[in-house]
Amino acid sequence: MTEHAKVTVGVAAEPERLGLRVWVRALFLRSEQARGYALLSPTLIYMFLVLALPLGLLVTFSFWTQNYLDFDRSFTFTNYIMFFQKPIYPALLWKSIKMSGAVTLATVILAYPMAYFLAFRVKRAKMTWLILITVPFWTSYLLRVFAWKIILGYEGVINSGLKSIGLLENSLEFLLYNPFAVVITLAHAWAAFAILPIYVSLEKIDRSLLEAATDLGDGPMMRFLRVTLPLSSPGVIAASLFVFIPTVGDYVTPSLVGGTTGIMIGNIIQSMFGKANNWPMGGAIAVISMLSIALLICAFLWLIQRTKRLV
Amino acid sequence: MRKTGISSRKFGPLGVYAVVYLLFLYVPVLFLPLFSFNDSIYVAFPLKGFTLEWYGKMAASGGLIEALFNSLKVASAVAIFSTILGTLAAKAVTRYRLRGRGPIVGMIMLPFVIPGIILGISILVLANAAGLPLTLFTIAIGHTLIAVPFAMLVMISRLEGFDRNLEEAAMDLGENAWMTFWRVTFPLALPGFIASLLLTFTESFDEFILAFFLAGTEVTLPVYIWSQLRFPSKLPNVLALGSCILAASFFVIAFSEWVRRRGVRGEAAAPVVA
Repeated sequence: MTEHAKVTVGVAAEPERLGLRVWVRALFLRSEQARGYALLSPTLIYMFLVLALPLGLLVTFSFWTQNYLDFDRSFTFTNYIMFFQKPIYPALLWKSIKMSGAVTLATVILAYPMAYFLAFRVKRAKMTWLILITVPFWTSYLLRVFAWKIILGYEGVINSGLKSIGLLENSLEFLLYNPFAVVITLAHAWAAFAILPIYVSLEKIDRSLLEAATDLGDGPMMRFLRVTLPLSSPGVIAASLFVFIPTVGDYVTPSLVGGTTGIMIGNIIQSMFGKANNWPMGGAIAVISMLSIALLICAFLWLIQRTKRLV
Repeated sequence: MRKTGISSRKFGPLGVYAVVYLLFLYVPVLFLPLFSFNDSIYVAFPLKGFTLEWYGKMAASGGLIEALFNSLKVASAVAIFSTILGTLAAKAVTRYRLRGRGPIVGMIMLPFVIPGIILGISILVLANAAGLPLTLFTIAIGHTLIAVPFAMLVMISRLEGFDRNLEEAAMDLGENAWMTFWRVTFPLALPGFIASLLLTFTESFDEFILAFFLAGTEVTLPVYIWSQLRFPSKLPNVLALGSCILAASFFVIAFSEWVRRRGVRGEAAAPVVA
């Protein structure tokens, strides 16, 4: 805090020479808010330039039309009308949402016991367990998805393995290239994203509340349903969102293991920016998808609020 | 231990479940290295025999080496730049009681909850509008965006347990702002820096979706792998390469997590003055 003092003295001693600049500086240093925001500004400017601005541009783009190599910049709803006129787009979006919903449900249900185990049973080696869970999540996403292609493939690990030990005559074709393969692959790929938030919310629960429930006569099951589960709901909600949102837009998994029946809206967006070369249409599909996801999430959160109030 | 009656049974069915779950996380990925040593062009059981042929072919591939160096360049730039941005933001939100802290942190975390494909195409559209050619630079810009939230989280968890009085004491004892940073803040935050650099480096090194949209003629390793997946004859090479990447990522991440969590737990152990 010596700096404050120095500056104040400076202003008092030589007001005419140091003038406005020092005065502004003094004011600036005194203000917590200004200093905090100054420190934040590079990051915020970056987020604006690379996140907010591009997203705004994408929305603008979606009202243009493609003119071979160039864009027709006149404002039009053509792409949006096209989206709803062709039944394939809404149907694909709906299918993607259903598949991501299934992925989210599977991931969260599988992750909950793991998080519970970490929070309540592991005492000493917590760090080791946490690292063990986080590490596969950081390794290449592409390779993790690709691993499932190897496992589920026509001549893959499961089929060739079962055949070589004589349990199977012909390869099972239904393993790969279908929505189920997409769901299991995604549930595997996003596991850590579900475990960690649930774990954090369970860890935060005041243990004396559990003691109180036991003392008041609740058995382990009732105690879990009436105390632990409701108190961990923020973690479950966060986990659901962390898994649901990115998986709706995924196109790597569907194109590697989904086949023709497993494609999702992300594949269409990607092809609009690739082979189909219709960027504005791709932009419109992306915007509609984002809005649908946002609306769904609002509905989901609203429902949870309501049920909470009812309980 | 009789506090809640829960901790008395240590393992039991839940423990078994946890072990099975870990197997579910790890086993699928371990098939990559397994088949990378298999002496057959087909990825199928039974295993034919041990070979290092695929690793040799991998090392001899020019496109791959080029892609590897591209990835290293991009990832280094991303690690440094996003750690700086993440640290500044973390410092601001932990050190000052800011109005609108929640929305600001929320905004920086946004890339977490926006599908990668949306981020990819929107930056592509921006680059197009700004007349920016697609190069490694555009990939680095995109990767920095998704790496900043991670860097910020790591640095917040490091700086939150940080005693502000230490900095003020240094100031009072006559250090200027720069020396205070160098002799107090920096050593205390060092484990966070290391963890953040390593995590963001790996994040960028392994990232595919943004790189796919933002790559021009120079590609990064995951984009190269993607292009190779189309050719079944190249599959074993890809397995060899994938195994190397997995092994490297695994060690880097395990190490950085260890540094970070150790740093967060052992406040007293951290060297205060270098």
